[in-house]
Amino acid sequence: MRAMCWRRVLSMLDNFLFFTELTSLPVNDVKGRRIGRVKDAALVPVVNPSRIDRYLVGGGVAWFTVRFDQIQSISLDKGIDLSDEHLTPYHDDEYMMRLGRDLLDQQIIDVTGRKVVRVTDLTLELRNDGVRDWLIVRDVDVGIRSILRRLLQGAVPPRWIRRLQQPIAPKSISWDFCNVVEPDPQRRLRLNISYQKLEDMHPADLADIVEELTPAEREAIFETIDSEVAADALSEIDPKMQASILEALEPEKAADIVEEMSPDEAADALNELEETTSEEILHEMDSEPKSEVQELLDFEEDTAGGLMNTEYVALGDDATVSQALQALQENEELLENLNTIFLVDEEGRLSAAIPLARLFLVSDGAPLKQLASESFIQVTVEEHQDQVLELFDKYNLLTLPVVDESGKLAGVITADDVISVLRQK
Amino acid sequence: MLKILKRFRYHLAVFLAVLGPGFITANVDNDSGGIFTYSAAGARYGYLPLWTLVPITLVLIVTQEMCSRMGAATGKGLSDLIREQFGLRITFLMMALLVIVNLTNVMAEFAGVASSLELFSVSRYLSVPLAAVGVWFLIVKGNYKSVEKIFLVGCALYVTYIVSGFLVKPDWKEAAVYSVKPVLMLEPGYIYMLIGLVGTTIAPWMQFYLQSAVVEKGITAKEYAASRVEVIVGCIVTDIVAFFIIVACAGAIYSVKPTDIQDAKEAALGLKPFGQYAFLLFSAGLLNASVFAACVLPLSTAYCVCEGLGFESGVNRRFGEAPVFYGLYTSLIVVGAAVTLIPGFPLVTMILLSQVLNGMLLPFVLIPMVLLINKHDLMGEFVNPRWFNLVAWVTVVVIIGISMAYLGFLIRGVH
Repeated sequence: MRAMCWRRVLSMLDNFLFFTELTSLPVNDVKGRRIGRVKDAALVPVVNPSRIDRYLVGGGVAWFTVRFDQIQSISLDKGIDLSDEHLTPYHDDEYMMRLGRDLLDQQIIDVTGRKVVRVTDLTLELRNDGVRDWLIVRDVDVGIRSILRRLLQGAVPPRWIRRLQQPIAPKSISWDFCNVVEPDPQRRLRLNISYQKLEDMHPADLADIVEELTPAEREAIFETIDSEVAADALSEIDPKMQASILEALEPEKAADIVEEMSPDEAADALNELEETTSEEILHEMDSEPKSEVQELLDFEEDTAGGLMNTEYVALGDDATVSQALQALQENEELLENLNTIFLVDEEGRLSAAIPLARLFLVSDGAPLKQLASESFIQVTVEEHQDQVLELFDKYNLLTLPVVDESGKLAGVITADDVISVLRQK
Repeated sequence: MLKILKRFRYHLAVFLAVLGPGFITANVDNDSGGIFTYSAAGARYGYLPLWTLVPITLVLIVTQEMCSRMGAATGKGLSDLIREQFGLRITFLMMALLVIVNLTNVMAEFAGVASSLELFSVSRYLSVPLAAVGVWFLIVKGNYKSVEKIFLVGCALYVTYIVSGFLVKPDWKEAAVYSVKPVLMLEPGYIYMLIGLVGTTIAPWMQFYLQSAVVEKGITAKEYAASRVEVIVGCIVTDIVAFFIIVACAGAIYSVKPTDIQDAKEAALGLKPFGQYAFLLFSAGLLNASVFAACVLPLSTAYCVCEGLGFESGVNRRFGEAPVFYGLYTSLIVVGAAVTLIPGFPLVTMILLSQVLNGMLLPFVLIPMVLLINKHDLMGEFVNPRWFNLVAWVTVVVIIGISMAYLGFLIRGVH
């Protein structure tokens, strides 16, 4: 009794078909004669991103293309029954994404799981609109369960395979959260592949994913995604790989991305490049970010000058709290990482450092100078990075001002710069 | 001036950046099984087998170069490529074979640890478990970059063999003659040794390891020229070490009395009459080689199986995220180490078997490699030149040939 109920539940749930089952399903014409078996199936993403549009049927030597609207019914046990006689011989067209050829065994990006996965099988959902049966791609299958299916496919009847795989937990990714990677831009357009889903990911996750891909695929992603997202992700990537990505891109696109990076990270990235390439990229950059980056490029990599960035807020000696607040408003993009305001004299020489939080303790009109730290530590641009690390450690610094030979404020080193140095060691 | 300096620094940086994969792979190649095979060859046949090193080096360079070229051009590991181009079934079959063959290799490494330390009267029941735990932690808890640096230092230790080769004062004239004079004998023992020599020098796992390491290093098609030099130098160094091992054993053991040695330990003991240093260096080299390979082999196996079959891999992931990877890695070490502790387990047979299995599996790795590297849509301008294909196919045919000959002898021997 129980077994019967269970069977009924199963058959009710039987509205899916694995791709391994679809291939080799027999195809019968309107008179019920078998004309061949399914060899592959294809999506036409510009028309519909998940509906299987074409079924490639092999009978004898030639392959036919069966459009989805030429099908009457699809079932695992009876195969595919057609409703139309007029089949066209198969010819490859560029708008077709073939599941067996282009997806199976290839790598795709699992956007929610934030990783690169290899497609072992696909779960197709069987739908019926009263007129005909059709299939949509529902999940991409990975893991042992789908490996078992692939290994047994053709050797063991499909129903048995379904029973055998029962005890293994399924591991699937919804097709909606998958992103196919296609290095060829022409083909990308025809297959309607975009990397928009990737733009919503955290830059650090995107960076991890990109590191797992091949150089051509990396290049394809950085070429098409928004420059700001690209810059954030690029900042999180290993310097050597940064260089190879920037080198592969068109100089204009590379310049767009570098402009969006913080100047010190941009300088580090350009430093890794061959001279001619980095000059090409600099040449394409807008003048303001370009001059900031160029200043930083002059410093040796392992000195304070090479570590520092120019994203700081500095005010005159006699500035008040309200002026400071105004300056902060004007530099909104810096706020996320800002914790100190610097005071400089008329010649630009550093005179005091104000911890940001102290601004809350006094009234608007108060001079900033009285909030200054009792003593502050500074280094010159030539200071070796090991000394810088030691200062951060010894004095528990978050921000360290860097001055040039004449004592003028040149930039700041922040804790995250120090952390990247330590990570690379 | 500054510009020239900068350019020089750039080129030096490129070379240092690619330094690693080729050297490490080629040196791990002279693992415990390798040292045993070379020693056995030298002890039994003296200088006769030396001629094989020239063609073996050529084939080694050709195969290694193909792997690193594929890695640089495609940015994918060999098992990835096999999966993408040949499908799941072939990949699965190949990975299953690779796991079995590599497991026998891991056993050979731990056997090497056991016998080298027994020379210093350390019990294997102490040395092997310690080595297994040490290896496991070094890879799982260590940082890949520092592990690679340790490996590079490990490569330098192979110099010990060259020194011990000189210490036994072999007959250099004879060594030089037989290095270029091929000697073929239709004798089962000799052919068995030939397969072993090829199998130990050009092992299937190396192809997978090298290609992954090249990809991991991020060596691009542009830096490939520097990488090629590194691979070639690595291969030559490997076979120089092999040469000195054979010569040492030929000079120390064969010249006294041709012997079937049972163990790399015996080879080391055979060197004892030529001074304490020859003996010490030989044993230290064996220990280094065994530990070195015991680190690399299980790791590379776990990586390429997981890559090929689409499981998560990488030592930077947690156990729960990559259970298959850690499971496979750990069981290779545990089983490999445990087997060597079973009293009366035929260690020597195992080591020899592992080398012969390497030789037999090799064509099945080389054939897909040559097919892949000739695919234009995959490799672009980096497809194989014609003479490369020629060498590769000749290698495949020759290895299949000698494997068949050996099997033939085995079957005739049984009846």
